[in-house]
Amino acid sequence: MQSIISTRTLRQPRSVKDALAMLRDEGTLTPMAGCTDLYVALNFGTLKETRFLDLWRLDSLRTIEMRGGVLSIGALATFTDLIQSALVRKRLPMLVAAAREVGGVQIQNRGTIGGNVANASPAGDTLPVLAAADAVVVLQRAGGIRRVPFNSFYTGYRQTVRVPDELIVGFEIPPVRGRQFFRKVGTRAAQAISKVVMAGVLGPASGAGRTARIALGSVAPTVVRVPRTEAALASGAPMDAIQRALIEEIAPIDDLRSTAEYRRRVAANLLAHFVSSASPG
Amino acid sequence: MPSRSVGRSVARKEGRDKVTGAARYIDDLTFPGLLHARTIRSAIPAGEIVDVAFGFDTTGFTLVDYRDIPGPNIVALIDDDQPCLAERLVRHVAEPILLLAHTDREALLAADVRIRYRETAPTYDAVTSSIAFKTIAIDKGQIDEGFREADVIVEGEYRTGHQEQLYIEPNGVIAVPEHGGVTVYGSMQCPYYVHRALKVLLDLPDDRVRIVQTETGGGFGGKEEYPSMIAGHAALVAIKAQRPVKLVYDRVEDMLATTKRHPAVIRHRTGVKRDGRLTAIDIDAVIDGGAYATLSAVVLSRGVIHATGPYRCNHVRIRGRATMTNTPPNGAFRGFGAPQTQFAAEAHMDRIAEALGIDPVRIREINALRPGDTTATGQRLGNDCSALAVLREAVKRTDFKRKWTRYARRKPRAPSSPRASSSPRAPSSRLEREASAERPRGIGLSLFFHGSGFTGAGEVKLASKASLALTERGARILVASTEIGQGTRTMHAQIVAETLGVPYDCVEVNAADTGQVPDSGPTVASRTCMVVGRILQRCAEEMRERLGRSTPREYLRRHGPLVITREYERPADMAWDDNSYRGDAYGTYGWACDVAEIEVDRETWEVKPIAFTTVHEIGKAIHPVLALGQIEGGSAQGLGYALLEEVVMRDGRMANAQLTNYIIPTTLDTPPIDVVILENPYKHGPFGAKGVGEMPIDGPAPAAINALRSAGFDLREIPATPEKIMAAATPRG
Amino acid sequence: MQFTINGRRTRLHVHPMKRLLDVLREDCGLTGTKEGCGEGECGACTILIEGMPVNSCLVPAAHADGARVTTIEGLGGRHPLQRAFVDHGGAQCGICTPGMIMAAVALGRKPTLEQIRVGLAGNLCRCTGYSAIYRSIRQSR
Repeated sequence: MQSIISTRTLRQPRSVKDALAMLRDEGTLTPMAGCTDLYVALNFGTLKETRFLDLWRLDSLRTIEMRGGVLSIGALATFTDLIQSALVRKRLPMLVAAAREVGGVQIQNRGTIGGNVANASPAGDTLPVLAAADAVVVLQRAGGIRRVPFNSFYTGYRQTVRVPDELIVGFEIPPVRGRQFFRKVGTRAAQAISKVVMAGVLGPASGAGRTARIALGSVAPTVVRVPRTEAALASGAPMDAIQRALIEEIAPIDDLRSTAEYRRRVAANLLAHFVSSASPG
Repeated sequence: MPSRSVGRSVARKEGRDKVTGAARYIDDLTFPGLLHARTIRSAIPAGEIVDVAFGFDTTGFTLVDYRDIPGPNIVALIDDDQPCLAERLVRHVAEPILLLAHTDREALLAADVRIRYRETAPTYDAVTSSIAFKTIAIDKGQIDEGFREADVIVEGEYRTGHQEQLYIEPNGVIAVPEHGGVTVYGSMQCPYYVHRALKVLLDLPDDRVRIVQTETGGGFGGKEEYPSMIAGHAALVAIKAQRPVKLVYDRVEDMLATTKRHPAVIRHRTGVKRDGRLTAIDIDAVIDGGAYATLSAVVLSRGVIHATGPYRCNHVRIRGRATMTNTPPNGAFRGFGAPQTQFAAEAHMDRIAEALGIDPVRIREINALRPGDTTATGQRLGNDCSALAVLREAVKRTDFKRKWTRYARRKPRAPSSPRASSSPRAPSSRLEREASAERPRGIGLSLFFHGSGFTGAGEVKLASKASLALTERGARILVASTEIGQGTRTMHAQIVAETLGVPYDCVEVNAADTGQVPDSGPTVASRTCMVVGRILQRCAEEMRERLGRSTPREYLRRHGPLVITREYERPADMAWDDNSYRGDAYGTYGWACDVAEIEVDRETWEVKPIAFTTVHEIGKAIHPVLALGQIEGGSAQGLGYALLEEVVMRDGRMANAQLTNYIIPTTLDTPPIDVVILENPYKHGPFGAKGVGEMPIDGPAPAAINALRSAGFDLREIPATPEKIMAAATPRG
Repeated sequence: MQFTINGRRTRLHVHPMKRLLDVLREDCGLTGTKEGCGEGECGACTILIEGMPVNSCLVPAAHADGARVTTIEGLGGRHPLQRAFVDHGGAQCGICTPGMIMAAVALGRKPTLEQIRVGLAGNLCRCTGYSAIYRSIRQSR
């Protein structure tokens, strides 16, 4: 363990209202939920922050329910919560697929969807799902609530529109029509960081082509939707043209885990598979 | 009534402690007044230390550098070229420079040590490196004659990467200054190696250094020589501070700083007759030793002796060298050179088969060593040679020939025709769909062997001892052999119980404490059962004779204590010449054959091992479940070596030194491992036993690579990652 | 802070962000739970919180406050899995064993082989190749 603990502070609010008041009044506080990313940084000695806000007990942020036709998922829903939720299984099976692949059961029991989104890694497994589903991020501060389309939530590498006194409280997903798809290509069969991760919704035929919403992770500084690829799909272009559009819309790099070339080619293959097959992931 | 224990899977001696959390590993221990220590390491791969400054208040800290070393500043092993703490020159990233200790771990973490260096140009290429730690030449017959006899010559170059042992318990020790010297407790395989290294480093006599092995969470060779370094560090601090000192690495430090498997580049040039007979084997092997020699000479030795694979050939020339690079020194890892060279030999064997149009089974049947044949070093094999038996059993059991033929017929089309899913420029989506629906399968095999015990005159030089003390109920084993998961305590107790004629439960095993047990040599080289077990057996034979008709209790009452000590005796029929590298390299060999069946995802080039069969001939399975455990575990490590485990080095530093990025197999990556154990006794092994610890890891990598070839992917390098498979599948230009 | 650890109510005064792994090992003297990586990859630190397996190296002490925690010591040595791991080779070096057994406890009564493989995907073993672990679990029922 490479970090000093004694100089850090943990604020433990009893309610969301409390938490928001602390964020407003007490200066920089870093929200903390399942800790499955935060404590890795702590263990490695790379955690710079010193003051933390513990959200773990705020059970009102764990609810998964339907609200007027919209699937509402609380930010503190764990991956296990998502997997076990009959609502999520029925309406957003690609999110269940993603949650199953996030890590072993120990990580699933603690990691939260809000944490996955707030952590803002381009490799976050639920991010392409939320992007493809056109989800809405619900942010709350002491002064009120605002909603931000998920696809406007990230502004750059590990950067979001969340301001310091805001909390992500939940996600709203409008009804998803069409076949859902999720595939993660990682460094091994389980417990892996993704090299390429793709989620998509394939809708009904539209003229010559198909309506589709496709999102990828680990191929750019943030999760990305690929509108030009989607347009090519909708226009009924041949697969190689659609794949070319995809290659141009993503910007993978060489890193410790894989290469840009591999990521490009796998993304193209996953896309072809997705469009031609029936199975979601 | 003495119950038979050899051949039965009796309860593991320390099993209960392990499943209840009662077993004490080094980090579970503490001592009053304990200091925690931290190692300050080089940030550069090559150069010299110009300045060391402390950006913190050093009050309350113990600081140790090379000047605090009483004896010579070396980690005594073979070449004695490795400093315990760098004095001025630095030769690798993470080289230890100084040590800090404090009671408060947070103060220790906060201590800011600033070192300035003058960097020099590092060497990273083992093949072109001009510094060789060791070179070995093996010659048999006349290589030029062998090539003249050949109808076809097949060449190939094969590469293997680093592999991290990844014992789940990192290295750690506690040093306690006492009795005018020091006692060191720790996670280790070889207490007497540590004992010797500390005597030298601390300039202390035998009886002032005591080394006690604690319950050890895996070793695999990674705790063969490295503990001498970490123990030396802790001892230096403990002696200076005159307080107990705990030094335990976390995973990152362990991966960055400790030894790994030597990477290798191996070239084969082989002459063969059209009918498949090998006429000439010419091998050039380079292994990357890292910055200091450590055990490279011995790794090279085992590597070159196994380099031909288990085949007969009259004309052999092998040239091996272990060279220096400015990377952390490499060291022992299960297999110890043989996984590297047999990877090359077995991948090459399939290429030879291809060149001749012969199937992979036939080429091996023709050339496999048989009793009466001689190896590359001229060792004549006896009836304990089982190459054909394991090959035939594996081939039959897996229906290899039929599958191999079927997969060969379904190979993807030649590079000139359109390759559907591998390129975005594919002509049509229907082709995409077809191609992506296919998951090419392949099946591959490897035939391999592994010498048990130390090479050549090594066992004679070790002169290992074992002692057996009579107790009221039975006996107490006193050996320096360590339990590191493989079942040493259990297996030794079985051998003694059986020989002495007492129940297994009546035989105790003493801790591996140099203050109490003789030097039985290191727990390495697949020798713990075959060599040390045999010495113990002779102790027990003698004890049984002395007991006569008395029970142990009666004997003790009548005669007082009885301790019998015996030393290694080389079998009379063994002869080895270290200068010419000829003769009986090992007392005996184990023999094995692996068959791997894999599936390749055409979209992602991920490899899924779908079936794995291994047939192992090991002389005698003293404890069937333990033997099975070695074979299954070693096979899984071998599959990791083949497909997943890659050490990414950047500027001489391991860039992926964390478990998120150094990938070992999980449950979902490991196929069911089908094991057949054959027994063909070695007459000098206890109950006929040969060694089994290392052999399982020699075979999976070539079997997997050959399976990939069968699926249509030509790779000559491991790990065979998806990125490399993709590159191999892509036509150039 | 108050936990129930292995059925026993325990009051401790520790920093709320101290790793639960360290609280168990240092403050409670329960050294059966091990650290293998510090990054939630190896599972050697697996314990149960409210019956659910988690990596204790990633849990702040504050999150266990008021909860029921079970460690390997809490099985009392009498759990059928413990016996099975000894008899069928599920434990070799033993360092992964406490975490492995706790994760296996959470699998329930009669897991299929596939459920075992998925449920233990977060527990690394370097010694066994996993086969003996599956056998131990299936034999224990």
